[in-house]
Amino acid sequence: MLEIGLSHYLILASILFTIGIFGIFLNRKNVIIILMSIELILLSVNVNFVAFSSYLGDIFGQVFALFILTVAAGEAAIGLAILVVYFRNRGNISVENINAMKG
Amino acid sequence: MIFLALAFYMFAFIAVIAAIVVISTRNPVHSVLFLILVFFNSAGLFVLLGAEFLAMILVVVYVGAVAVLFMFVVMMLDVSIAEVRGGFLHYLPLGALIGFILVMELGVIAGGWTFAPDVERNFIAQPMGSTVTNTEAMGNIIYTHYAYYFQTAGFILLVAMIGAIVLTHRTRTGVLKQNVGDQLARNPSNTIEIKKISSGSGV
Repeated sequence: MLEIGLSHYLILASILFTIGIFGIFLNRKNVIIILMSIELILLSVNVNFVAFSSYLGDIFGQVFALFILTVAAGEAAIGLAILVVYFRNRGNISVENINAMKG
Repeated sequence: MIFLALAFYMFAFIAVIAAIVVISTRNPVHSVLFLILVFFNSAGLFVLLGAEFLAMILVVVYVGAVAVLFMFVVMMLDVSIAEVRGGFLHYLPLGALIGFILVMELGVIAGGWTFAPDVERNFIAQPMGSTVTNTEAMGNIIYTHYAYYFQTAGFILLVAMIGAIVLTHRTRTGVLKQNVGDQLARNPSNTIEIKKISSGSGV
C-alpha cells in the first residue's frame, strides 16, 4: 500500500480516462466540456506513458508523451477555432443541434 | 518512502476530484479552472516519476497556453448556463454504467501488470542513467534519434496555427478603412464630372 508501484499509476490513469469518457457521455449540450474531456483522456494516456517510462528505465516513453502533448495542443487550437466559427453561424454550441451534415 | 507515498496519494486524489468537478460543474469557467488544477497535480505526479522536463512542459504548455485558450473561448462564446446543462440527468445512468464497466476492466488489466522478463532487449533508446539530468537525457534523444519526429511535431503545430487562423479569420464588410493605393490612383479625369445645368432646372 505504501510502496508506490506501476499499478498505482496505471489505475490512476484508468480512473482519469474513465472520467474523460464519462464527461463525453454526460455533457451533450456543451462542446467545450467535451473538448476538456478529450484533454483529460490525453492526459491520462500521458500518465501511462511516463509511468511506464519511469519504471522501465527507458526514456522513449517521455519522448512519446511530448509528441502527444504537441498533438493535444494542436487539437485544442483547431477544435476551439471550429467551435468559434460554429457559434458565429448558429448561435449555440449544443451537440444535439450539430446534425446539419446528417444525410 | 512514506513521503513519496503520501505525495502520490495527495496528487492523485486531488487530480481525480478535480477531474470529476471538470465534467460535472454547471459553470464552464469553473470547469477550466479545475482542469488547470488537474494539470498541476499531474505535473506533480510527473515530478514524482522523475520526468521533470515533461512536468514543466505540462505546466507551461497546458496551463499557460491551452487552458488560457479554453478560458478565452468560454468567455467569448457567452452561452447561457441553464441551457447548457439540460439533459444532464438523462444521460447519467447509461454513462455511469459504461464508465463503471470501463474502469473495472481497466483496473483488472492495470492491477496485475508485470513486465516480461527480457523486456530490456526491446529498448530503442539508451536507458536513463543517473549521471545526466532528465532534460539533458531527453535532449540527447530528441535531437539525435528522433530529429525527424521532432520536426514533424513542429510542422503539426504550424499547420494547426495556420488552420486556426484561416478558420476564424473573416473580412468584415461595411468597415470604413483608408486605402492608400486607391487614394493615390485618383486623378481629376475620373473623379470630377462637369455637367451643364441649364438655368431654371435642377440636376
